[in-house]
Amino acid sequence: MTDLAETPVSLPTTEVSLTINGEAVTRTVESRTLLIHFIRDHLDLTGTHWGCDTSNCGACVVWVDKKPVKSCTMLAAMAGGHEVRTVEDLEGADGLDPVQEGFMQCHGLQCGFCTPGMLMVGRALLDENPNPSEDEIREAISGNLCRCTGYENIIRSVRWAAEAGTSENGASQ
Amino acid sequence: MQVPAPFVYERATSVQDALALLAKHGPDARLVAGGHSLLPMMKLRFADPAALIDINSIDGLDQISVADGIMTIGAMVTHAQLLASDVVAQHFPMLTEAERVIADPVVRNKGTVGGSLCQADPAEDLSAALGALRASVTTIGSGGSRSIPVRELHDGPYQTVLDENEMVTEVTVPLPSGSSSSAYEKLERRVGDWAIAASGVSVSVADGVISEIGIGLAAVEAPNMVAADAEDAARGQVPSAELIERIGELAAEATDPNTDQRGPADYKRHLAGELTKRALRRALTNAGALTNEGAL
Repeated sequence: MTDLAETPVSLPTTEVSLTINGEAVTRTVESRTLLIHFIRDHLDLTGTHWGCDTSNCGACVVWVDKKPVKSCTMLAAMAGGHEVRTVEDLEGADGLDPVQEGFMQCHGLQCGFCTPGMLMVGRALLDENPNPSEDEIREAISGNLCRCTGYENIIRSVRWAAEAGTSENGASQ
Repeated sequence: MQVPAPFVYERATSVQDALALLAKHGPDARLVAGGHSLLPMMKLRFADPAALIDINSIDGLDQISVADGIMTIGAMVTHAQLLASDVVAQHFPMLTEAERVIADPVVRNKGTVGGSLCQADPAEDLSAALGALRASVTTIGSGGSRSIPVRELHDGPYQTVLDENEMVTEVTVPLPSGSSSSAYEKLERRVGDWAIAASGVSVSVADGVISEIGIGLAAVEAPNMVAADAEDAARGQVPSAELIERIGELAAEATDPNTDQRGPADYKRHLAGELTKRALRRALTNAGALTNEGAL
């Protein structure tokens, strides 16, 4: 794999300043750098997974201004000036986010590849709708592929989080 | 690993700024809105712009409003915004129904109305739905502002009639008159996929006859993504089960689908007819023009 952190000087670059998990960062990167590679290769935050590369699988979902987006289909430059949140930020001072706890309790993962995307979509759903039905959870994760669980345990995990408490930063009730 | 070819990135802060940047970078510059159609094509090197002009920082292009019998949808309104809009659902149920089956919820957070139309993908749902609704796009270019009917916006697959230095700023949709409704029917292989075939039908009924009708078709290679002959045949007619059958047949005849991994041409042509009938039946029922849907 090409080391994207090494930027040849001849290619067009862009200075990208954004907030990631509450921290302001600035990096000068090739203009064509995708947000997923900016996060993983330039900021060394490897919790977000780089999956299908075609905006189908959802393993790369992060939040941009509190909305889940597929970071393989957004330029890092386009995220400049915005607030990005990744899976690393889910755990708060009081421990795991209820969604993370739910995935543990309900066996919401096997290989774990889809998990960061599922967690970020699950958290976003619960922030908007603290008590989602099974159908609403299925709809919310319909842009995220899992090849292990058959989805049933993921839906149970999100329901577990809804019942355990939905406050941000892991403040379980 | 899919990464676009190198390009110069620019961020426009106003429509005039975007036009100036388009002029500065010449014919190989492209505007990027949500990027969820253009970036995948750039990653596959099907698109190779020398400069990418990001229009996400332009204020005021993400509003939905209604005034003087016209709904105005800003070019940067996202699919998620359109889906969540009560005023859209009230006037154009077809748009809400189409949005529910466009891509997936995460992609809908980024993809935009203007970007979808300008991508000019023959399988794109909003192009069919907004064509059925006789919407127009408002553009601003070096020659000033103009209005282009959505039905005339595409100039072949992935090509529009827009000039090099011209951008879409909004979509205008005339509110229907009389008793009216609309419906969208799409068959897809799985959530988030492009249509195998899709049909959107809008009807207005006055004095017991169909006073106006729009039929949009996606993914079946209908000219301008509409079934014009079927529309002409329905206008002025009394709604009936026989009429719905006839309109479905005419809609199927308007298509020239390709056999591909989504299905054979015959199947898609059949679907275009069947989905048109279903959408027309539902639209007529919801407009109050068919009182006994079950009997049809």
